[in-house]
Formats: sequence, C-alpha cells, structure tokens
Amino acid sequence: MNQPKSVHKEEFQLIDGNRAAALGAKLSRVQVIAAYPITPQTPVTEALSEFVESKELDSQYVAVESEHSALAVCTSASIAGARAFTATSSHGLAYMHEMLHWAAGTRLPLVLACVNRAIGAPWCVQNDQQDSISQRDTGWIQIYARNNQEILDTVIQAFRIAELVYIPVMVCYDGYVLSHTEMPVSIPSQKDVDSYLPPLKPHTILDTNNPRNYNLVTLADPRVNGEGVLCHGYMEIRYLLQEALQEARKTISIVGEEFEQAFGRNYTAPIWEDRVSDADVVIVAMGSPAMEASVSADMLRAEGHKVGVLGIRVFRPFPKRDIVRSLARAKLAVVFDKNVSYGSEGAACSEIKAALYGNNNTTVIRNFIVGLGGRDVKARELADAVKKSLSSLGQGGLNNEDPEWICYI
Amino acid sequence: MRIRNGSVIYERHEHLKTTAVNLDEREYVLPGNRMCPGCALSLCYRHILKALEGKVVVTVPASCLTVLHGMYPVTSVKVPCVNTPFATTGASASGLVAGFKAIGKEGFTVLAMAGDGGTHDIGIQALSGAAERQTDFIYICYNNEGYMNTGNQRSGSTPLGAISGTTPVLGKQQRHKDMTTIMEAHGIPYVATANACYPLDLYDKVRKARSIKGTRFIEIFSPCPPGWRFPFNHTIRIGKLAVQTGWNVIYEIENGEFRLTSASEQIAHGGKLKPLIEYIREQGRFKNITEQQVNQLQAWVTERWEHYLGRAGITGSGQGEKD
Repeated sequence: MNQPKSVHKEEFQLIDGNRAAALGAKLSRVQVIAAYPITPQTPVTEALSEFVESKELDSQYVAVESEHSALAVCTSASIAGARAFTATSSHGLAYMHEMLHWAAGTRLPLVLACVNRAIGAPWCVQNDQQDSISQRDTGWIQIYARNNQEILDTVIQAFRIAELVYIPVMVCYDGYVLSHTEMPVSIPSQKDVDSYLPPLKPHTILDTNNPRNYNLVTLADPRVNGEGVLCHGYMEIRYLLQEALQEARKTISIVGEEFEQAFGRNYTAPIWEDRVSDADVVIVAMGSPAMEASVSADMLRAEGHKVGVLGIRVFRPFPKRDIVRSLARAKLAVVFDKNVSYGSEGAACSEIKAALYGNNNTTVIRNFIVGLGGRDVKARELADAVKKSLSSLGQGGLNNEDPEWICYI
Repeated sequence: MRIRNGSVIYERHEHLKTTAVNLDEREYVLPGNRMCPGCALSLCYRHILKALEGKVVVTVPASCLTVLHGMYPVTSVKVPCVNTPFATTGASASGLVAGFKAIGKEGFTVLAMAGDGGTHDIGIQALSGAAERQTDFIYICYNNEGYMNTGNQRSGSTPLGAISGTTPVLGKQQRHKDMTTIMEAHGIPYVATANACYPLDLYDKVRKARSIKGTRFIEIFSPCPPGWRFPFNHTIRIGKLAVQTGWNVIYEIENGEFRLTSASEQIAHGGKLKPLIEYIREQGRFKNITEQQVNQLQAWVTERWEHYLGRAGITGSGQGEKD
C-alpha cells in the first residue's frame, strides 16, 4: 500500500476492524444509525452508541428490535433525507434480505458494514463469506476489504460512491480475522474527510406542500400520469438499477482516485494485483484470504513457480474487464472461495469463468472451497492446492465440473 | 399534568366534540380511488387526513390502503407517502422520525397506517419495538378482521367462527387477539379504539392524538363488505351494530385514564347492549358458526363490557343479555 503523498493531519491507532468501521461511519458524519447486535458485528454498534451518547457524533441512534427493522429504519431515514448507516453479520444480513432489495430498488445511498460470518445451520459464529455472497443479487454494490485500513477507507468511500450513483453499498470484511484483530490504522482528520465527502443531496422529497408517493404499486408496462407523460413500468425502473450498477464501475474508480489524492492511499482499481504481470499461475481470492494468498505466492516463488495473486475488491458490479486483463497471460487460475453456491461452485469462480468466456482466453480454472465456518486458511494449504492444480494441468487441464473442498473429507 | 412511568410528564388534553357542521371541509383523499364499494377504510382514511390537516407523512405496508393509494404514476391522496414492506411499518415510521430529526425537518406528524394482518401479525414486532422506544408517531390499525387485500384469509384478528379463505369450511377455531390491550401494556401516552362508522369520534381522537408526544395507537373497526359477506350498502349499519352489540367498544386511554366515547359511552349511560346474534346473523362469514361458538362470543362480549364499565367507573347499566 502506498504511503500518503501529501502531508495531512492524521494519526495512527492500533484498532480492530470493527473499530475501523465505526470510525469510518463517524468520520462520514452519519445522521441516522440503526443496528441490532450480532456476533461478530456487535462492537460496531457499541462503538457507535458510545460516540452518540458521548456527543462525539451528532446522530440519531435507533436501537431497533431486529435487523429487518434496522434496515427498514435506515431505508425510511434515507428517504427522509438523512445519511444512514447500519452494520450486521450472517443471520442478521439474511434477515435483512427483503429490505436489501427494497433499499436498492428505492435507489437509496445507504452504507452497510457486513462483518462476514458463516450462516447456520448448524450454528457457527466464525468467518466465511456465505452471508454477503447470498445477497449478491439484491442490487447492492459489494466491496471487500483485506485489512483494517481498507475497512475505514472503504466506509468513507462507500458513502461518496452511494451518494453519487444512488445505489446502496455493502462494505464486507472478514469476521474475527479482521473484525477482532488489531492493526495500525491511519485515521484521517475530520476536516479532510469533510472536504472529501460533501453533505448528502437526497433525491427523495418528503414535503407536505409537494406530496409524493414512493414505491407505489407499479405495473409491468409504462403508464401515463396525470399530465399525460408516459412513466416507467416496473421493468424500466429495474433496468435503470442495472444500468446504474454497470456505470458505477467508473464512479468507484474515480472515487478511489480522489481518495488517493486526499489521503494518499490508492483505490482506483476494483481488483488488487500482486506479481501478476509475469505470473503463469494466478491465485484468486476475496477479502482477507487474498492477503494470505500473497504469503502462498512467496512460498511458491521460492520453489520456482511464477505465481501471482488477484484479489477481488469490488464484487458487485463485477469488474469483468479488469479480470480478463489480469488473467490474460495466466495458464492457470486457482480460485479460492470462502463461500459456495450449493450444487454449483464458489461464487467468485463462476464469475471469473463467465468473465473469461469469449475472450480467447485459455486459462484453466480450478476452484477450491476454503475456510468455511472459520476453518483456518493456511498459506501452506493454498500453496499445496496450487501445486496439485499445476500437476493436473499436465494431465490434460480441462476445467473441473465441481469444486474441491479443502477439508477432512 | 400527570406523572407516569417515573419521570414522563404528559399534558392532559380536552375532549373534542366535532360535528358535521364544524368538520374541516378540506379533502386529502381525492374522489375516485380503487377501493371496493362500501369500504369503510375510505371513510376513516378521509377523516384521519382531515384531522391531521394534511400535515402528515404517511408510511404504509402492503395492505388495502396500498390499493387505495393507486398505481404508479397516479395516486389518489394529497399527502406524502412512503410505502414499506409488510413487516416494517413501525420501523419505517421510526426511520422517518429519526431522519426528520437528524435533518431538522418538523411541523408535521409521522403516521403509520396498516391493516390488522400488518399490525396484529407480521408487523407486531416492529410496532412493539417502535412503541418501546417511545417513538414520536401515530400508528393507526384499520381492523377489517382478516387479510382482505389478498382476498380474505384468516388473521390474528379474525373472530371465532368466521369463514375465510384459510378457514373455509369450519370457520376459525380460535378467538381473536386484543391488539389495543397489547399496545396499552407498552405504557404509551395514548391508546384508543374507534369505528369507521362513527367518523367524527375518530376525527376527534386523531386530533387529540396529534397534539400528544410519543407513541399513539388507534385501532379502527373497519367493516369489509366482500370479506364479511354483507351487501356493500350495509357498511354503516354493520359498523353501528358492532358497537350496539358490544362486539366493538370505542374508548380512549389517555395516560392510563380510561374513557368510553361516542355510542359506547351512550350505551353505558342508560342504554343496553343488543344481543350479539343480531350482529352475527347479518354476515355470511358466520354462516357455519355453531350455537356454542355464538354463546362463547356472547359470554366474552358481556364479560369484556362489564370490565370496561368498571374501568370507566360506571355500574348497573348497559348489561348485555347473558347466554
């Protein structure tokens, strides 16, 4: 990661990922917070409550009775014109599912921190990414952080992105691996964040002198209003969300570039790349496993293999072109997913295969399901999986139909 | 001024008596909406918005009221509205209240309005949470005793013996849930029942509720001609029969102080409840009700009426016929 290029007033704190998310929200001057405690997100709610009660943060904290209500509060607060934030994990995110669709359909600039945790049954409080991956089709932007600095920086950028494109943003980071692990984090000054993130300009209007009715029943086909103007049907409104997500790729890049100008840390690209330019083999992962993969690359390079790492930072909108470019010369891509689309394969693997299709790309793709329910992802295991894939490459190299699981079965 | 719940101080409000002569003429529900003929919801919504003088932001879940509001891009109401998923009415209102407070916007009431399915059943959690947090809003449940927007299925408010789409042969085998009492148990400053067929009493209650801070809850009895299976020109008669038989009792509880109002108050002072069967036999939904179920309902109505008379400090009048 680059060092700040310009001299800014900043301080370093040794904080965990949850504190980084809470500080990101505080620095973004969130006006309404509604959250419900769930492991491992709970410290985010406690930190924000503390900021509000101690008057460090001028915000309405709504201590709701469920996650479904948490996102409903944020949704209506956002329609009212306030900058709103929530955080959750696992079952909490699953419980929000209906409201995730509703918030995106209403095109609200919400930000949600998802502290990634496995989802039951059976009960499990530890990390994997099944929770946020299960919500990938709700119309939210999804950004994955690799470390605590990225969590803080991404929360601030998320508000900037959301308020430019009117799409809610989910900032995902791995439970415990990041949420409860302390790292030094550079905390930007409030003044610098204020100049980077201007106040919210809501696109919804609730005014008794100008009454509007949001999210009325909408028919399949366009329909004429009282002035004779043809207005969108449901499908046009939904198309606009898809178009906005596609266009958001540019905005995410520009916001990342502006962030570098303001704070010295670069987020222009939707992917992270480590030694990919000369690599024959590229390891692909999302979130904290992408950091572990760099250690595996070190090991494999020491053994003479040309290995690089491609980390997926922005999962929605999926950065197809960047992936195609990054894998252009790779003979083999080994995709490690901390999730699985049951009955198919890991979500990132499917996306990568789809992105490469039709691009004259002959990269062989292997998929491993790793680290479910907090199972430790060891650099040596990733390296072994890469070597196993390399040996199979020599035996024909067709893409496997099914993923392999790194577990004891 | 009263002190309740330790430190909360509430103002005591005057009882209003609006008549057809001094009722505000301004309309906020436009003529020509999509409600069924004879729907009591149109009647009560019209008077609710009048009582709030249009100074209101409404939030509505999936319900018959969604149908009344029309289909994009045309609406039949002249107040801002936020539609919200079924389970979220109380939470949506909480979000509006928090959002407006955060941006410093004031001068109107946040009104959440849902049916009995959206209140007694799927919305009870969000409503209970909002009331427990002392959220500053009015919640109105229009109770038509079933999931009428989806074509009449059983809800937690459907009475014993009533036929519905999901109790099609035997009728409902359980009694209904008393939502207003559940809301009273939250210790909120204002709780009331009303009846769409006594719209001026409803109007006065909404006006009073409007002037009170904190969570205010009103449950409106709202007859449904197609769901209850009576002719659509009998809505007012059925609604009034419900009060006259004691099936629906209209009252208000302000800071814990109970008071019967309107027709229920008149019956309590010297009148007499009609037998419940007079109300039941007018509706096709009760066509398969058993004699035993009628007796159960009558006994329950009589016992509850005596309880209300006791709470209102009235004794020795208005007794319904037993059994």
